[in-house]
Parts: sequence; structure tokens; C-alpha cells
Amino acid sequence: MLANYGYKDGSGEFFITIDTDKCDGCGKCVHSCPAKVLEMVTDESDPFREIPVVAVSEEHRKKIKYSCSPCKGATCKTTQKTALPCVKSCEPVAIVHSW
Amino acid sequence: MTQEFWRWKEYNWKDGTKDWRNARIITAGVDVGSVSSKVAIMTDGELYAHSLMRTGSDSSQSATKAINWAMEGSGLTIDKIQYVVGTGYGRVNVPFAKKSITEIACHARGANFIWGQSVRTVLDMGGQDCKAIKCDEKGKVSAFLMNDKCAAGTGRGMEVFADLLSVPIEQMGELSFAVDKEPEPVSSTCVVFAKSEALGLLRQGWSKEKVIAAYSSAMAHRVFTLLEKVGVEKDFVITGGISKNKGIAKRIENELKITALPRPDKYDPVLAGAIGAALFAKALVEKEKR
Repeated sequence: MLANYGYKDGSGEFFITIDTDKCDGCGKCVHSCPAKVLEMVTDESDPFREIPVVAVSEEHRKKIKYSCSPCKGATCKTTQKTALPCVKSCEPVAIVHSW
Repeated sequence: MTQEFWRWKEYNWKDGTKDWRNARIITAGVDVGSVSSKVAIMTDGELYAHSLMRTGSDSSQSATKAINWAMEGSGLTIDKIQYVVGTGYGRVNVPFAKKSITEIACHARGANFIWGQSVRTVLDMGGQDCKAIKCDEKGKVSAFLMNDKCAAGTGRGMEVFADLLSVPIEQMGELSFAVDKEPEPVSSTCVVFAKSEALGLLRQGWSKEKVIAAYSSAMAHRVFTLLEKVGVEKDFVITGGISKNKGIAKRIENELKITALPRPDKYDPVLAGAIGAALFAKALVEKEKR
């Protein structure tokens, strides 16, 4: 399942997409994120899933543009998206940023 | 007392032809939304009773009230229900629920039950948020996107307009078609700003109908951009309270150039989440037995 967390507003589109079928629940991304945007949860959208899944925490969902901006500024423009700590830490490539 | 134009009708229903005493598995889905609470009680995977009520300030009380209303007159009590799944905004506050599942999963599952296996895209237009959900033939979610950052494109926004224009909310859809030419949509996406914009338009001499049409198309466009992001596939259906508003549904269809499957006579699309939850509850009972 592609879980899109984030929003679209007057200033643009800000989504973190998590492919829950790829996520193996390792939790490395959670530790890699300096802003604590990500968390491991039991998948409430799939009652039959047995392993935990990563999600954008409730607290950050409506402001990820700002929560993620320190990482975005620190990485080089051309490699930006793959150089993000969360994206880099995920071996199964389950995390994608839309901006 | 002054008339409350935003107020919609609460109701309950029971299948008089069935008796829960003959059922093998009795489950319930309780969908506590931000505006309304829905309960669906299912016997062996078929809808037995349901209720639709306004959610009060106390969500656990609303859940209890709604389930009691659904069971009213049937002799059924909560302890006879084998498994209750809570869903919706207040899902963690359902005191008698064994498990909570997101409304995203429940709406997809419910839409699959209501309209059949051909459903691929579900648009849930709720009281406080709006969700675009894609699912497979089993009703399993393959992608979703939720907008809960603002009230534009939600039932709450529609309530604000019903109140502002003194039009009963059930008539908003019908009246939005009573214009000679479709007006420009209101430019503000924010409900609070749209309200002041609408007041300005009324002062300029716009008719109520024209203002409703302008707001409806703005709302439809906003939802359209959300749907575009996940991509719409046929068959397309709309669930949630706004699905009852033809003015919005039609305008979304026009933008998408896809016609939504018609509202079934048998099931109210508002109940999709509760029905989905009850179906999950049944699957969970069966899993426990194994």
C-alpha cells in the first residue's frame, strides 16, 4: 500500500510516500531522522499485518514542509532526494519524498 | 428556536426479516467520525441493523448511544456481539471495541461490499477531511491520500455555507443546479475566507443559488486535485456525507470525466466505513477460531 502522508497547500505539494509492502519494519529510518518525523506503528490500515510499519507521526503530518526543511537544505540539490537520511537509511527503498 | 440549517437527519434501521438469534457470527463496526457516528451490525456478513447520529463532544458516549440506537427493539445487547471494530476519527475512544482500524481501510472494504468487486477508487468525503483511496478487487487498499489540514472540501465546510445562506443542507445539491450558467468558482479554498467572499458576492446581488454553485465547483476542484495525485481508475465511487450532495458529486464527475457508480438503494454510502469495520470484525472472529 502506498501511504501518502502530508498535504498540498498554496505553496506546493509536500508528501512523504511510504510503500508499506516494501517496509520490513526494521526502524532504521526512525533513528536516522533528526526531526523525529517518523515512527514505527502497528499498521492500523491492515489488521492482518504482523510486523510494524513506519509512518509519519501525527504531530508532523500537517507541517512536514517545515519539519523536513533542515535536511532538505543540507543536501545537494541534484542528489537531494536520495541523500536524505531517511531515504538513505531505508534498504528496501520504501520512502519517497515528493518535493 | 431558530432553524438550524446545517442539521441533517439522524436515523436507524433494522432488517425485520432477520433474527440475530439464528446468526452464527454477530459483529459490529462503529465509525465515530468528526461530525457523525455510524454503527453497522452484521449477522453472518449481512447487514442487520445500522444507525447514523451526530457525534457529540464526548466521542465514547456518542459511540455507545449510536450502538444502543442501532440495537433498539431487537433484544440484542453489546455482550452478544462477538467482535466490535472501531474506526474513524474517534476510533480509539470506542469503549467496547476490541480493535481499531483506520477509516481508510474500512471505507475501501465497505465500498467493496456495497458496490462490488469492480471498485478501484473510493473518494470518502467526510465531515472534517477528505480521502482518496485506491483498492484492489478484494477491497484491500493499494494507495491512499488524505487531506485533513483544512475544512475545504468537507462536510463541515458545507454546513458553514448552509448556515450562511439559510438553506437546509439536504437542499444544497439541488439548488446548486438552479443557475442559468455555471459561475466562476469562489477563489478562496479556505472555508473561512470563502465565507467572507460569499458574503461579498451576496452583497453584489448574486442569488443564493449562484453562490452555492460557485462554492460547489470550488469544492469539487479542490477534491479533484487530491484525486489527481493518487490517480483515478474506474470504477469510481463516493462515500461519506457529501456523497449525498448531487451538486458536488456531479461537478467532481465533470472534472474527472468519469461517472461515479450510482448510489445503491440498499445501502447508504455514509455507512461504508462502519460496514467495512464490521466486515473486518467478522474476518477477525474467523481468524481467532482457526
